[in-house]
Amino acid sequence: MNSHRRQAIERGAGGAPLCAVADVRDFAPPRRRSIARRKATDLVVKGFSWIGASVGIAVMAFIVWEVVVRGAAALNVAFFTQPTPMDVTTNAGGFANAILGTIVITGVAALIAIPMGFMGGVYLAEFGRNGRIATGVRMIANVVMGVPSIIVGVFAFATIVKPVHHYSGFAGSVALAFIMLPVMARTTEDILNLVPNELRESGLAMGAPRWKVTLGVVCKAARGGLITGASLAIVRVAGETAPLLFTVLSSPYWMTGLFGPGGFFGGPVANLTKTIYDFSSSPYPHWQELAWAGALVIIIAVLGMNILVRLIFQRGKK
Amino acid sequence: MMVGTTVDEPTQIHSQATVVPPRLEVAEDRRGAGEDFAALPTEIAVRDLDFFYGKEQALFTNTIDIKKNRVTAVIGPSGCGKSTHIRAYNRIFNLYREQKAKGEILFDGANVLSSQTDLLDLRRRIGMIFQKPSPFPMTVFDNVAYGLRQHYRLSRSDLSHRVEDALKRSAIWDEVKDKLHQPGNALSGGQQQRLCIARAIAAEPDVLLMDEPCSAIDPVGTAKIEELILALKSKYTIVLVTHNMQQAARVSDYTAFFFQGRIVEFGPTTKIFSNPAEKQTEEYITGRFG
Repeated sequence: MNSHRRQAIERGAGGAPLCAVADVRDFAPPRRRSIARRKATDLVVKGFSWIGASVGIAVMAFIVWEVVVRGAAALNVAFFTQPTPMDVTTNAGGFANAILGTIVITGVAALIAIPMGFMGGVYLAEFGRNGRIATGVRMIANVVMGVPSIIVGVFAFATIVKPVHHYSGFAGSVALAFIMLPVMARTTEDILNLVPNELRESGLAMGAPRWKVTLGVVCKAARGGLITGASLAIVRVAGETAPLLFTVLSSPYWMTGLFGPGGFFGGPVANLTKTIYDFSSSPYPHWQELAWAGALVIIIAVLGMNILVRLIFQRGKK
Repeated sequence: MMVGTTVDEPTQIHSQATVVPPRLEVAEDRRGAGEDFAALPTEIAVRDLDFFYGKEQALFTNTIDIKKNRVTAVIGPSGCGKSTHIRAYNRIFNLYREQKAKGEILFDGANVLSSQTDLLDLRRRIGMIFQKPSPFPMTVFDNVAYGLRQHYRLSRSDLSHRVEDALKRSAIWDEVKDKLHQPGNALSGGQQQRLCIARAIAAEPDVLLMDEPCSAIDPVGTAKIEELILALKSKYTIVLVTHNMQQAARVSDYTAFFFQGRIVEFGPTTKIFSNPAEKQTEEYITGRFG
């Protein structure tokens, strides 16, 4: 501090001090904390963190290992080309109809939930913000995210299956969409909240209307995160079983178009998770092997998509 | 060279001072001193502007005339309401529900604060540059074309001519002419800020509000932007909020000194920096507080 400035502070305008600097007092030197003890604490905390992480990873590794070893043995071309077997006397058949069903059911769920969840998230982050409606919606979304998925299945059963008196792939899509919707909305909101306000202000300062700034500037800036959010929401439901128990059931046949007893809207549809459940609890060794292979395929698909999405997002950030 | 040289010190403040801080140099071509303020056309007339963040009042009866084709600097310590003041001119504060302005901001014969104001057109006519360079997540070309596409129907060739012209007038054309189709945020900070200026002037505004445009920019970039401000004032009315008093002295014709939400003093820059009428102004510009 130069002497002029110092004097000005001490003296202040017109002689009054601008800020009072207290005299430095002489304290006795403070007692040091024990370094050995601090190091020991550090070691203990580190140790528990390691144990916690290792247990988690070990369980995960064990599951993946078991599934890979058992599933790989049953994996062959027929698994991806033939429908589920009905004849227990041969070693034929695959899971092709179930794989197709899962893709269609999850895809339709994504078509329902992602646009709606995205718009909901935009509302929460951009328009509702801390208003009463947004606060309520946000709270409900948080609660719904915590609802067990089997309850969601029961809900879809009551609202869709019961009135039409039959199971359907569509009912399963609705149940999955119901799980995805709050996930997508809250992820969208969180990601849009990361966009700095300067960008919104800059857009508005150009004389662009609010909706244009939101979609053309704010969401564009956040597009990497939004795509990741949507993909993770899909992955989140792709492995769900419980909601399908009450809605899709399963079927040993190929899905036959949209309507009619074998159609997407008309009746039970083959799907991976429920088929795995049925086959794994069957008494036939070949069917159990197929179930292991199904589990492997679903794990690889979910894990692969997860990793792929994260890789793409990381590259996009650079 | 120095128009504002040392003046007599107010004795009640400096009676014991031994070191006299150097005066800020005010460039000679600052017009503020020699012209008849009242005779100049007024671009924006602010009358009794009060501003509220929720219940807290941030501005108190601000009254000021912003003159056409002049650079008006707004200076004052942090939190004195400089930015708040100019953010009322283009109603950008409307983004936040709890912020309210009262009083009159007369622009082109109408009160900007009226509910009748068309915000989109107001913001076309009053452009704004922010503290942090904020290029949109799109190419350099699309950044500059953003306002043009928003407000005008243009042919392809007309659009690209206008984009080029805006970039040239923002003294950034030579640096970006080969990068027009690269993302705007790949540029350096100083370049980004000039890109934002190009984006603002491309839309043909009448007024440019600059909210500390250089505070996130290195000295070289700052010098370029200051030069640009001087070049732009023949076409635009500029209001420049700045923390940097040298900057205010270098580029502005008129200076308003804000303190605690009030305009303490407003006058030609040469006068504010050489012979301020108010004691608070004197103390601030000589670095005694703030």
